[in-house]
Amino acid sequence: MEKKKSWKVLLQLFVSTFYISAFTFGGGYVIIPLMKKKFADELHWIDDEEMLNLAAIAQSSPGAVAVNASILVGYRVAGVVGAAISILGTVLPPLIIISVISLFYTAFRTNAIVSAVLKGMQSGVAAVVADVVCNLGGKIVKDRDILSVLVMIVAFVANYILGVNVMLIILACGVIGAVRTLFVHGKKEGAK
Amino acid sequence: MIFLELLWSFMQIGLFSVGGGMAAMPLIQNQVVTLHGWLTLTEFTDLITIAEMTPGPIAVNSATFVGMRIAGLPGALVATAGCILPSCIIVSLLAWLYFRYQNLSIIQGVLGGLRPAVVALIASAGVSILLLALWGEGGFTMNVQDINLIALGLFAAAFAVLRIWKPSPILVMTGCGVLGGILYTLAG
Repeated sequence: MEKKKSWKVLLQLFVSTFYISAFTFGGGYVIIPLMKKKFADELHWIDDEEMLNLAAIAQSSPGAVAVNASILVGYRVAGVVGAAISILGTVLPPLIIISVISLFYTAFRTNAIVSAVLKGMQSGVAAVVADVVCNLGGKIVKDRDILSVLVMIVAFVANYILGVNVMLIILACGVIGAVRTLFVHGKKEGAK
Repeated sequence: MIFLELLWSFMQIGLFSVGGGMAAMPLIQNQVVTLHGWLTLTEFTDLITIAEMTPGPIAVNSATFVGMRIAGLPGALVATAGCILPSCIIVSLLAWLYFRYQNLSIIQGVLGGLRPAVVALIASAGVSILLLALWGEGGFTMNVQDINLIALGLFAAAFAVLRIWKPSPILVMTGCGVLGGILYTLAG
C-alpha cells in the first residue's frame, strides 16, 4: 500500500472507531454489530466471518470487549499502528463524555430531556442489534449446518435463560469446534 | 502517590475482568469503594447509572469518572490508561498469533465453533436491551399493558427502516434519540 493511501486508511480507521465508540450504548456486544456494519458492510475491510472470529477473541481476552475488538480490527487493517489508532478512537469518546459529566453529574442524571433522548436511543440500539442478529443468524441457518445452528440455539438458551458464564460457553463451543475438525479429519484419513 | 495507585488499581480491573461489561462491576466496586474509599457506595451507584446511560465500556467509564474525581484530568488519563493497558498487551499478542496461525485447520475448527456462539451472545445482549427499552427497569412482565408503546413504536420503525433501506446504524440511533426526546417529553 502506498504511503498516501495508508494515511487515508488510518484517518478513516480513527474516525470510524471514534464514531462507533460514541454510539456504543449498553457496552460489550453492541459494538460488534456496529463494527460489522461499518467495517464489513460499508468499507469491506473485513468479511462477516472474520468479524465473528475477532469478536470471539475479543470476548475471551481480559478487559473491555469494545477495546479488545478495536485492537483486533485495527491490527487487521493496519498492523500495530492501526491497533494504536483504533484504541485511541475507541477510548476518546467515553473519556471526553465522562470527564464532562463528572463535573456536573447530578444535574445530568436528573435532566428530563437527556433521559428522554437516551430512552429513545435505547430502542434504536435494540433495533440495530436485532438487524445484525437477523443477518448473521440467517446466514448460519442458510448454511444448513445442523451443528452450527444447534450451537447457536443452545448457546443462546445457556447464556440468556440459564445465565451460564460467558467464558464457559466460549470454551465449550471452542472445544466442540476442535473435536469436530479432528473427527472430520480422521474420517477423511480413513477414507483414503 | 495517587497516580500510581490509580494506575495499579485500574490495571488490575482491566486484567481480571474477563467477559467485559457487568463482569467488571464487582471488581471496580472492590477496588474503588472497598479497598481505596475513592467513592462512597452512593457515588458508585450513580457512576453505574451514568455508565449505563453514556456510551463506552463500563470499565473505561469508571476509570475516567474515578480519576476525574480523585485527581482531575491527569487522574482520568492515568486511570484509563491503566484499565486498557492489559488488554493492549494481551490482545495484540493474540492478534499476532491469530493472523499468523488462522489457516491451521484446528484453529479454523475452533473458530467455526465459536462463530455461532458469538451470534447467540449478540442476540442475548439484544434481547436484554429490547426488554429494558420495552418494560423499563422493572423488567419483563406478562402484562401487555406494561409495555412502553413509544419504545415499541420506535423499535419497530427503526427495525423496518434498517431492513428495508439499510442506512447507517448511527443515523438510526440518532433518529431514535431525537424522536424519543420529543415523544417522551410530550408524553411525560
